[in-house]
Amino acid sequence: MSSNAVARSPALAGGTDNPVLALDRITKTFPGVKALDGVSLALYPGEVTALIGENGAGKSTVVKTLTGIYQPDGGDILVDGVATRFATPQDAARAGITAIHQETVLFDELSVAENIFLGHAPRGAFGLIDWQTIERRAAEILSGIGAEIDPRHKLRDLGIANKHLVAIARALSIDARVVIMDEPTAALSHKEIQELYELVDKLKAQGKAILFISHKFDEIFRIADRYTVFRDGQFISDGKIADVSEADLVKMMVGRDVAQIFPTRDNEMGREVLDVAGMSHPTEFADIGFTLKQGEILGFYGLVGAGRSEFMQALFGITKPSAGQVKIDGTAVEIRSPADAVANGIVYVPEDRGKQGAITALPIFQNVTLPSLGRTSRNGFLQLAEEFALAREYTRRLDLRAASLDTNVGNLSGGNQQKVVIAKWLATKPKVIILDEPTKGIDIGSKAAVHEFMAELAAEGLAVIMVSSEIPEILGMSDRVIVMREGRMAAELNREDLSPETLVRHAAGI
Amino acid sequence: MSTMERHIPDRLKSPLERRLKSWETLLLAVAVAIFIANSFASPYFLNAWNLSDATFNFTEKAMIAFAMALLIISGEIDLSVASIIALASTAMGAAAEAGAGTPGLILVGLATGVLCGAFNGVLVTRLGLPSIVVTIGTMSLFRGISYIVLGDQVYNNYPIDFAYFGQGYVFWVISFELVLFALLAVIYAVVLHKTNFGRAIYAIGNNPTGALFSGIRVARIKFILFMLTGLMAGIAAICLTSRLGSTRPSIGFGWELEVVTMVVLGGINILGGSGTIPGVVIAAFVMGLVTFGLGLLNVPGIVMSIVIGALLIGVIALPRLWAMWRAR
Repeated sequence: MSSNAVARSPALAGGTDNPVLALDRITKTFPGVKALDGVSLALYPGEVTALIGENGAGKSTVVKTLTGIYQPDGGDILVDGVATRFATPQDAARAGITAIHQETVLFDELSVAENIFLGHAPRGAFGLIDWQTIERRAAEILSGIGAEIDPRHKLRDLGIANKHLVAIARALSIDARVVIMDEPTAALSHKEIQELYELVDKLKAQGKAILFISHKFDEIFRIADRYTVFRDGQFISDGKIADVSEADLVKMMVGRDVAQIFPTRDNEMGREVLDVAGMSHPTEFADIGFTLKQGEILGFYGLVGAGRSEFMQALFGITKPSAGQVKIDGTAVEIRSPADAVANGIVYVPEDRGKQGAITALPIFQNVTLPSLGRTSRNGFLQLAEEFALAREYTRRLDLRAASLDTNVGNLSGGNQQKVVIAKWLATKPKVIILDEPTKGIDIGSKAAVHEFMAELAAEGLAVIMVSSEIPEILGMSDRVIVMREGRMAAELNREDLSPETLVRHAAGI
Repeated sequence: MSTMERHIPDRLKSPLERRLKSWETLLLAVAVAIFIANSFASPYFLNAWNLSDATFNFTEKAMIAFAMALLIISGEIDLSVASIIALASTAMGAAAEAGAGTPGLILVGLATGVLCGAFNGVLVTRLGLPSIVVTIGTMSLFRGISYIVLGDQVYNNYPIDFAYFGQGYVFWVISFELVLFALLAVIYAVVLHKTNFGRAIYAIGNNPTGALFSGIRVARIKFILFMLTGLMAGIAAICLTSRLGSTRPSIGFGWELEVVTMVVLGGINILGGSGTIPGVVIAAFVMGLVTFGLGLLNVPGIVMSIVIGALLIGVIALPRLWAMWRAR
């Protein structure tokens, strides 16, 4: 491992081979967020490069940049050392770059052969599609990767692993030189994963350059030749996988300068408010149990897809758990709908603000009072003066910035929308507030405000559950952390036992 | 959290200013224009009894349109309303044959409407089926039952005092139906614009997921709205049956589209989320005036539907064209 983890350009570092595809100091900015900040990456023919980083490190943005979905704001994409622009995904495909995503984009109602050749089918006389050639070549490609699939079958009839193979066959059909695999094993069984490894080895042997994105270190060490680590949209380090250990990689992923300052918290915890036991769901999570005290902030850490949001939504009554018990203040409660949850003092600030959190086409004050209409109204009749008073009180507490209280929420920035959603719930005077990725996609300033406010709420005796994929946020805010992995509780850690390394280890199961 | 107090005003535009720039104002202008045009076009137009007769063109449909407006704002639709009229009217006719009195007939009419609405509501909210598909199905189902029961028969054995609902006058030229229409307009306007229930309907129509996540009982409210629409179709069935004095299975045929037209003309967003009851009230008058005016000029019915269709497209396209013209 190179000890000087300063951003140098790997494209220029070069080995014996020259990279077939390289990113040179690529920058990509979204409103309020610098997703990629001068990152570099090089892919070599016949080698697997693992791209490693936390959630939000910029991995997906890189994939989208490489496949022509995003255009970088700065820096160069080099194909065989020549700066190139991918204006559209078709441009990237023409340069021989193809991506296989977590959820492969294929068409269930078409045949395997059609899926493989969709958009670049060989043509026969009169420009008509040459079905015989398609089926013959599809069969060739499939047998070339050792897949026993009849190209005439409908895709719908295949299992997930075989669908992946079709996606790979499709990638090969356009004579790809670079294959991007974004968490390809996420949905596969152990045996299918082994088969995928063999396939990757075959692709390597054919001289393809492979970008392999995974959270699982055992996989990375099994198939990768090189690694590149990103953190917070920045290039951290790269090198040969043989030169590093797992511990080195974990350190590179999480070892950061503490750029964010979190509020100091030193509050007394009160009595126990929430007691969850044995909560399970047929597919999403199993056997979740914990207790929560007044004034406590309980963090939920895990990788994307670990079942955290799914569990929270069951606790809030959106989805129906198959088993489990919830007690509020020591009394068992039945939560069948969000309305029941709110009535019992549990509120949920969802990750998806625009769709689940706020009703963006309605004004701020109506959003704030929506769950509190029972209190602001008289005999079911609206009292606008009371509504404005309530909305004023809570939006002021959250330091909302808006032109007026009857501005539609959709006109506000992400951070201010989040404040409206939190104000909405605080106005119901809850006992437990669940914040799902509360600072995702909002600017640094609003982030700090949300953190400060969270600490204030805990100090006032509210019990807080915070789902977060950001390690600094988990470390900075939580009194206790539950790490989830594949729908189960992998660990429950007290504040003094918290470290970035332990979190990542438990989350990834290493 | 901040020591600095930040003041956010409640409103920027006054409610009056908003009202003046609204769809309803435009529609009112259209209504007045049609009224003036009609009075020039026919010497019989400005006659109290003729105008009173004209209101029957829209009162029954408008009663359904009020409930339909709420349903469409919530993001659903009920295309079976005209068939509910047929079924409710058939049920009343059968009850009358069996010797039921007027109170019994009303009960049968209302109950049939509510049950049909509840049936639609269960299919949509419990099974999660799209309402447009469900109610196209029940549209055939409800009227189909009516055809099976009646065939080419007619029920016309209604008690004499049953005629009051469709033919009675409360005062001078003011019919019972017109009074009921006005009363329902006020009730629906209050429910939609002044109650928590109405607020929840807007929330659901704008974002059903967000409403659910805000603790609104979305399925329950939608179910109530389907029942309410069924109930209003039942009330319309009572008025229409009383006015005609007979029931055939073809009663109210095609009314579902006229009701939806009235609602959309009234400025209710067909995709849900916005619109007002005053808009629907004005739209009812506009449609009634057009139908009546053309009737006085002896324009045939098929041409009337062409005019109504053109009016709908014209009034909806006008603001969009205006915005496009201004953007140039």
